[in-house]
Amino acid sequence: MSVNLTLLIVMGALYACGIYLILERSLTRVLLGLMLLANATNLLILATGGYAGLAPLFAKDTAAQEYNDPLPQALILTSIVISFAVTAFMLGIIYRTWVLARQDEIQDDLEDRRVAATPSFDAEDDAEIPAETSEFPLTMLGSDGRDISNHGASSADAGLADGGHETDQPVATLVAGGREMPAEHAAAEEKPGSLNVDPNPEGGGK
Amino acid sequence: MNIASLAPLAVVLPILGAALTFLLIRHSRAQRAVSIGLLSLTLLLECLLLASAWNGGTAAVTIGGWVPPFGIVMVVDQFSSLMLVVSSAVSLAVLVYATGQGMADGDEDAPVSIFHPTYLILVAGVSNAFLSGDLFNLYVGFEILLTASYVLMTLGGTGPRIRAGVTYVVVSVVSSVLFLIAIAMVYGATGTVNMADLALKLGDLDQGTKTLLHVMLLVAFGIKAAVFPLSFWLPDSYPTAPAPVTAVFAGLLTKVGVYAMVRTETLLFPGDTLNTPLMVAALLTMVVGILGALAQSDIKRLLSFTLVSHIGYMVFGLAMSSAVGLAAAVFYVAHHITIQTSLFLVTGLIERRGGSSSVDRLGGLAKLSPMLALLFFIPGMNLAGIPPFSGFLGKVGLLQAGIELGTPLAYALVIGGVVTSLLTLLAIARVWNRAFWRRPTDAEHPDPVLLASPAARVSGPGAKVNNTVTLLPRTMVGSTAGLVVLGVALTVFAGPLFSLSDRAARDMLDRTPYIHAVLGEGTAVPGAMGGTSASTGGGAR
Repeated sequence: MSVNLTLLIVMGALYACGIYLILERSLTRVLLGLMLLANATNLLILATGGYAGLAPLFAKDTAAQEYNDPLPQALILTSIVISFAVTAFMLGIIYRTWVLARQDEIQDDLEDRRVAATPSFDAEDDAEIPAETSEFPLTMLGSDGRDISNHGASSADAGLADGGHETDQPVATLVAGGREMPAEHAAAEEKPGSLNVDPNPEGGGK
Repeated sequence: MNIASLAPLAVVLPILGAALTFLLIRHSRAQRAVSIGLLSLTLLLECLLLASAWNGGTAAVTIGGWVPPFGIVMVVDQFSSLMLVVSSAVSLAVLVYATGQGMADGDEDAPVSIFHPTYLILVAGVSNAFLSGDLFNLYVGFEILLTASYVLMTLGGTGPRIRAGVTYVVVSVVSSVLFLIAIAMVYGATGTVNMADLALKLGDLDQGTKTLLHVMLLVAFGIKAAVFPLSFWLPDSYPTAPAPVTAVFAGLLTKVGVYAMVRTETLLFPGDTLNTPLMVAALLTMVVGILGALAQSDIKRLLSFTLVSHIGYMVFGLAMSSAVGLAAAVFYVAHHITIQTSLFLVTGLIERRGGSSSVDRLGGLAKLSPMLALLFFIPGMNLAGIPPFSGFLGKVGLLQAGIELGTPLAYALVIGGVVTSLLTLLAIARVWNRAFWRRPTDAEHPDPVLLASPAARVSGPGAKVNNTVTLLPRTMVGSTAGLVVLGVALTVFAGPLFSLSDRAARDMLDRTPYIHAVLGEGTAVPGAMGGTSASTGGGAR
């Protein structure tokens, strides 16, 4: 198999730019990067077909090896169609991100951050167990003799306050699905068709 | 006429259904009837395919009359037909669940009316990937199911879903590009993309090229299957999708990646060149995944991490490259598709009943809804591998294969497998203790839905709305229960199923039935029997 040097250099440049761009945080650049990668791959497939030959239309007197290999071109055609669809979808998502958040950046996962900020102390698993374990204790005594009957509850509060929950502050509530519920909880409950979700979101439309 | 020649219908029927439901987009009742009807028909057809392949009848269907290796072929053997049946059964149950949810929430003409066509396209993509006997057609199958999954993942276009969808789409596109590069390289090196033809021709390449192609394919499939260093995207993106969508993704999409890995390892690159890295990856996937699960308080995220962790078991069985290990892996894939999907469906029910999927907010569900508790408990114990269940049987098969191999790394995997199983039990037991057993008042942030006493809920203001929100629709519970029963059936019929997966594993390691089915009886298969026995005895060197 022979290789076309120009094709190879162009392909390398496209791959380099594509990889550089998908490492960016801006979504539009990531999309451009993905398009460059897809096109570089199309060139790679083209290169596997070898030197250009005759168009693969059957003619009586032409020897088989003079034709171009049609299969890579068929593969490229398929992959162009697929990357076209994916690009269109990505553009839709980017526009939607812009409508929702007014920014063109990849956002952090909130749940990830919350788990990372959780203290290693777990109120249920790691709380000090009272030494007195009889079924009917008059007072619950800790191993050092102090009264700790309320210990679990207070440390639970402390642990959760560290975890980023504002337990002292009044919780913001909103009316959703005909009942009042905390805003945080309302956000967690949304699902398609749920009564809490606006059926016609901003930028949507039928 | 052979029954196997109907195999393309497994792809055509769902696509036809997608077209019909797209036309019926304004008539949700007809849409539901068409999609459920056609999916049931597909399932019936695939059961016939499985029956025809049950006793080792590998058959190939050439599409459009092009002789292989030039045209596209679809191959029906035990493994692919088993995967087809399990995946269609699961997707049918999820479809019923989703329609139940849609009807209960009263979104007769909501923006999710595109759900049905997209879902059917997803099923068609999965079937195409399982049936494909051609590397590029496999890529097309992947793209069909991925593109449908992008739409399903971002259904409704809300903030969290778009955020998760971006990660998911970018990672999936990158893995697809890697796969396409690998296909181009394979074509450049051998001049064919037909898998049976490749099985003959890849052996003649020099070792360096072969390893490069092998690694490229494994990395591309590894991203899709969420094998450890490449699994970062999964727990981020899956939990935000609607419950039925997460359930079907968790059940099917990663397994398609595992399926492709199995075909790569057994058909294209037999032998044991990359077994050691695969074993290390399997060990890390199991252990790191389950440790991640223990840190979560949200049930959906916890289950996503167990999903990653249990992919490790399948890679474990695959990396043994012995008939015992591969048979256990095949059985485990079938078991895991069912169990993981039913757990995600139950989580959707928990979310409806308890108002949240976070264990910090839940409590007392066992008393509130004993049916829900039962539906969670059975697949939960099954996932952890408690004795009578199929999870236990699959794990025993894997451990047996590991001990049979007997290398230090294999023993490390056996220990890792047992530890992961115990830690899965711990993770499930924590959910059980918190969400089901304790009093709702003991929860850190109890959900108001749980605290309201039954009397207060009936008489209080807005009681009517409250009831419709939290009630569990019968279709949703029914479909979940059906899937749980299917999981139990896998346990009851584990004997025939295990012998089927054993035959499937032997045929795959032998390679001759597959190659003969595609390229004709006269094809000489290099090192067919010799290669198998060498790889069975050799293991990781």
